[in-house]
Amino acid sequence: MKTLSFLRRSFEHGVHPAHHKQQTEDLPIQRVPFGKDYIMPLGQHIGVPARPVVDVGERVQRGQLIAEPGGFVSTALHSPVTGTIRDIGDFRGVDGRFAPAIAIQADAFATQQADAGPALDWQSLSLEDFIEAVQMAGIVGMGGAAFPAHVKLSVPDGVRIRHLLINGAECEPYLTTDHRLMLERPQALLEGAEIMRQKLGAEETVIGVEMNKPDAIEVIKRHIRPDQPVRVVPLKVKYPQGAEKMMIKSVFGKEVPAGQLPRDVEVNVNNVGTIVAVADYFLRGMPLIERVVTVAGPGVTYPANLIVPLGTPVRDVVKFCGGLRPGTREIIMGGPMMGRPIASLDVPVLKGCSGVLVFTEQQTARRKEYPCISCGRCLEACPYFLNPSRLARLSKSRMFDEMKAYHVFDCVECGSCTFACPSNIPIVQLIRTAKDDLSHRKESDT
Amino acid sequence: MGKLVKHLEIGSSPHVSDGASTDVIMRNVFFALLPVTVFAVYAFGTGAALVIIVATASCVLTEHWLCRWTGKPSTVGDWSIAITGLLYGLTLPPDLPLWMVFVGGVFGVAIGKFMFGGLGMNAFNPALVGRAFLQAAFPQAMTHWSAPFAEGRFEHIPSSVLAMPFWEPTYDAVTSATPLALMKFEAEFAGGRELMAGLTSGSVGETCGALILLGGIYLVARNMMNWRIPASIFATVAAVTWAFQLYDPATYPGPVFMLFSGGLMLGAVFMATDMVASPITNAGCWLYGVLIGVLVVAIRFWGGMPEGVMYAILLANAVSPHIDNLIQPRVFGTGRRAG
Repeated sequence: MKTLSFLRRSFEHGVHPAHHKQQTEDLPIQRVPFGKDYIMPLGQHIGVPARPVVDVGERVQRGQLIAEPGGFVSTALHSPVTGTIRDIGDFRGVDGRFAPAIAIQADAFATQQADAGPALDWQSLSLEDFIEAVQMAGIVGMGGAAFPAHVKLSVPDGVRIRHLLINGAECEPYLTTDHRLMLERPQALLEGAEIMRQKLGAEETVIGVEMNKPDAIEVIKRHIRPDQPVRVVPLKVKYPQGAEKMMIKSVFGKEVPAGQLPRDVEVNVNNVGTIVAVADYFLRGMPLIERVVTVAGPGVTYPANLIVPLGTPVRDVVKFCGGLRPGTREIIMGGPMMGRPIASLDVPVLKGCSGVLVFTEQQTARRKEYPCISCGRCLEACPYFLNPSRLARLSKSRMFDEMKAYHVFDCVECGSCTFACPSNIPIVQLIRTAKDDLSHRKESDT
Repeated sequence: MGKLVKHLEIGSSPHVSDGASTDVIMRNVFFALLPVTVFAVYAFGTGAALVIIVATASCVLTEHWLCRWTGKPSTVGDWSIAITGLLYGLTLPPDLPLWMVFVGGVFGVAIGKFMFGGLGMNAFNPALVGRAFLQAAFPQAMTHWSAPFAEGRFEHIPSSVLAMPFWEPTYDAVTSATPLALMKFEAEFAGGRELMAGLTSGSVGETCGALILLGGIYLVARNMMNWRIPASIFATVAAVTWAFQLYDPATYPGPVFMLFSGGLMLGAVFMATDMVASPITNAGCWLYGVLIGVLVVAIRFWGGMPEGVMYAILLANAVSPHIDNLIQPRVFGTGRRAG
């Protein structure tokens, strides 16, 4: 059985959402024009918020450092535009809460030439200096989680990384940012991969791409230099192929032990966007000040793949794409399976935002919830082999402590169970409620 | 063209779904039963038609009334009660007085489903609860079988069907022994072809094994039934029977007879697979099927009654929550099971 699933290049369970990528997969990445207002939340990555190093009224250059890491699990922020610091205070974030951010007013007459530093001589950097450089470049996991990239690079003593795995699965429907990056910047991807591989001391680079992107697989293969130990592995089209533990199972046939990290099976996983950002910083001196965003969904007039400066309000992005169509009901940041809905168009595009999806009534109609009929489809869908039906029932009865025995903390909230549930039970939401309650109680206990 | 809304919706992820719906699943199970129902009416005539109609109506109306009475919105629209009603009708003898049919339906739904909390909460298959009640209350009427394909079965209504409540029903025809009764009391084994084609007597919907299997295949193909449950029941019954037949072929019938006689087909394909009352894990379903298979053979061979499918399934329903507690999926990245 193990051998068979290895040959199929996949993991067990999972779901098959309609991928809807045809809307944007053939559209080249284009740049949105600069606007007027930019908001850079200090906590747009997982971990400690960054600390501002600029004052209100100060003039900043595009690419200039505006906030330094607030701790080890934290990264730097750079100004996405040339302009003036308008305010440092609380602004509405993606989750609806007010959080500290730096507001920048772009200079209407600036050329917006990036203040890129010199290319770094990465080969002579020690591993510590390299990790610090990644942190100061503000690079985070660009797939959606926005986990600081340098933290993953700092492996404890005695742990070896043998494989650098690059995640080009892009299993979320609608999103085509990684696809376009692989097609348009294969050189940068392979350069970044080589930097990462050599610094990690890994033996090989593996790029996992879902088979629905044959053009990307082809282009990358063509650009691999003969002396570069890179292989491209086509993967079965299945959600969540891009979850790092699933991809490791698909590519190497190994299960990462529960509660452990990919490095425990000698693998380091990074998203395509993250690797390109590494190349941009070390070879071209560009810190992370912009990212590729897919704007798609039936509610958007002109779908597009865009390079968006960080901090750009969603309003400007949507306006550039021709505005919202009548019937728009929901706007999601990220993919439809794991993304977050936003309540306001004034929230900014962040480092972890891979898509802005505009859904109409047809996608968002809340369908009637029925009782759980124990059909078992959620168990068949869960890639972590949990029992979502049981977890949802326990959560509904507020039996949160009992849920720990059913491995509630192994749930990554991929949404497969809820996608498959014929009774339309909001299983992921129920699990999230329980996790929140449990972790808050743990905090107040200590 | 819709109009532009002022407020955006905020919903928890995922924001898409595969479009499956519980009422659609239920509706399809109902449709899968229709060929069996049509054959039942064809084989047993007007009596069977009336029994099926009254059975379905009694279940649906009981659920509707109970919902109304307790001030809840009616749950008739989810189609699950329609399946219960139709299935219940298909397990009854063709000559059963209609008032009994009605009483059993009310009991099955009220006690077997509504009292547990309705859809999703019932520990037992409500159709079988209704039938078990009748079996206990009216053992004679529940074992009066009329022969199939009787002359003039469409021309008149059997007088027993229209019997007054609590009056002794009068039967037009003498009871015709079912294949299982012949096996048990006469050691006579009907042929497999005869059984599959539905040429024997029995409950209205249980006789034609081929059509039941067809409905089951349809549901499995549409991923609306866990095929492991019937597969496990068939395999267990066949294996156990085969072993006994090897030991004593004069007393014990062969696997084909056991699989296609009595209510085994209908029970294994449509009753035991009630999602609510069966285990949720695949491993649990295999175990559940084995349990039913062993119980069916044990009751048929050594019990006081010729047929045991109903009690086998009800007993396994009772064990099902314990199977679910015992068998949990193995969590990714662990050697252990949850729970």
